[in-house]
Amino acid sequence: MADDIKKAGPDRRSVLKGSALAGGVGAMLATNVRAAQDGEPRAAAAVSRIPVSLSVNGQTRDVSVDTRATLLDTLRHDFELTGTKKGCDHGQCGACTVHIDGERKLSCLTLAATVEGADIVTIEGLAKGDALHPMQQAFIDHDAFQCGYCTPGQIMSAVALVKEGHTGSDAEIREYMSGNLCRCAAYPNIVAAVKQAAPQMGDA
Amino acid sequence: MRPFQYERAASPARAVSSADAGSKYHAGGTTLIDLMKLDVWRPERLIDISALKEPRMTRIERNGKALRIGSMVTMAALAGDEGVRRSCPVLTDSLWLAASAQLRNMARLGGNVLQMTRCSYYRDTSYDQCNKRAPGSGCAALDGSNRHHAILGTSDACIATYPGDWAQALIALDAVVEILGKDGPKSVPFATLHRQPGNRPDVETTLAAGDLITAFVIPDADWARSKYLKIRDRESYAFALTSAAVALRMDGDAVSDVRIGLGGVATVPWRATAAEAVLKNAALSEDTAQQAAEAAFAGANTLEHNAYKVELGKRTLVRALMDTAGMEA
Repeated sequence: MADDIKKAGPDRRSVLKGSALAGGVGAMLATNVRAAQDGEPRAAAAVSRIPVSLSVNGQTRDVSVDTRATLLDTLRHDFELTGTKKGCDHGQCGACTVHIDGERKLSCLTLAATVEGADIVTIEGLAKGDALHPMQQAFIDHDAFQCGYCTPGQIMSAVALVKEGHTGSDAEIREYMSGNLCRCAAYPNIVAAVKQAAPQMGDA
Repeated sequence: MRPFQYERAASPARAVSSADAGSKYHAGGTTLIDLMKLDVWRPERLIDISALKEPRMTRIERNGKALRIGSMVTMAALAGDEGVRRSCPVLTDSLWLAASAQLRNMARLGGNVLQMTRCSYYRDTSYDQCNKRAPGSGCAALDGSNRHHAILGTSDACIATYPGDWAQALIALDAVVEILGKDGPKSVPFATLHRQPGNRPDVETTLAAGDLITAFVIPDADWARSKYLKIRDRESYAFALTSAAVALRMDGDAVSDVRIGLGGVATVPWRATAAEAVLKNAALSEDTAQQAAEAAFAGANTLEHNAYKVELGKRTLVRALMDTAGMEA
């Protein structure tokens, strides 16, 4: 099948060579110019803003956001709540996990405009004053992190997992935590932390 | 990401009448926002349908033997439905084995069946060649890294794998798709929703401009003996290398009815009709299951890195058939 392929453009190898010579930026610009010539002759669309009322950790604020703004960027930049982390920014790592109306979701794939009126809880909203949430304490007790970058997302996911009732076995905890990657590989300690916190959580 | 206009749809009808060539519907957003960040999709306007509350789009309903699932139901909601799990476990297995808990809380079933291929040449705009993204530009996967690519339903223009799991259960169970279009409501067999790439890989579905999926109907939702077996590079949170959605009705050792969908191996949701024909009214054994698997992959086209999918796909189907036969009816 591969023998009779019609190649319309330069093949991949020469493209790669070309971009190595021209530099990645030059190749990207060339691609954009060609795309514009090929069928998208429209002028660049104007930036559009929208007013949104967001409830974060029990406090409601009215903000004006670019329609493109994700909840993740809005939390970090507008609300200055930098506990929620940007990892892959494509829904693959779980570092940006927050609770929206009680469910764990990815703030990097959530447009701020779409969560008007929703009840949003971030890692900053878990502790009661100086008293850590049992899951936060359990992560400390079990050394369930190394660099700590994925930890806010891990904890938000773990709290939701317990409420969902997926603590039946180590295997079930691992399965339902699989959307949160830890490149330091603290996984066994994370499972231990979840098991410690689960019976302590009550309605927390 | 490029700028776009944003509007919230007041009703399904208003969403459909508002839709045009430059707009896209926003439901869960998990494919949409990802591909917009990658600059693969460049809508000028998003029509947010995520908050629509119409019962026909948000409920899971039983009516006699028929099961009707609204398109705005999340993957998580259907995966956790005990009634559906008892009557059609293949419908729930194929959901909880997909994505992550967070994504399943976001993604709606209407968008789930329309999720785009994970072909890296489609997703990465620094590659000039992709007939799905830039029609007529060629296919970089044919002589590129094609370990994850399809072996069934391919063409010289595209070998991108359809990535979804739930669609394999839908196609196996003869699901019907309910659609609200510019000319009103209509129903089409799920098997006709996706189209094979042929020489137009950029045209993924038979949906007309503005068509909005409102529900999925399983006319005969009584398949207690059904399951979804998914083989991945890692144990969880990965797309299928190969998978099989199998539903069986047995009369003693004999197969009185059988449905087979295959995932990870084809360009579209794939119904293995030839394999079903081998098994219908036959006694199910490792031997007949193997014969069915041979029939299922008889038309496979392989390339440099994906030939392993033929043998892996056959073994996946044989194991899924034998496991399903062993389930309590």
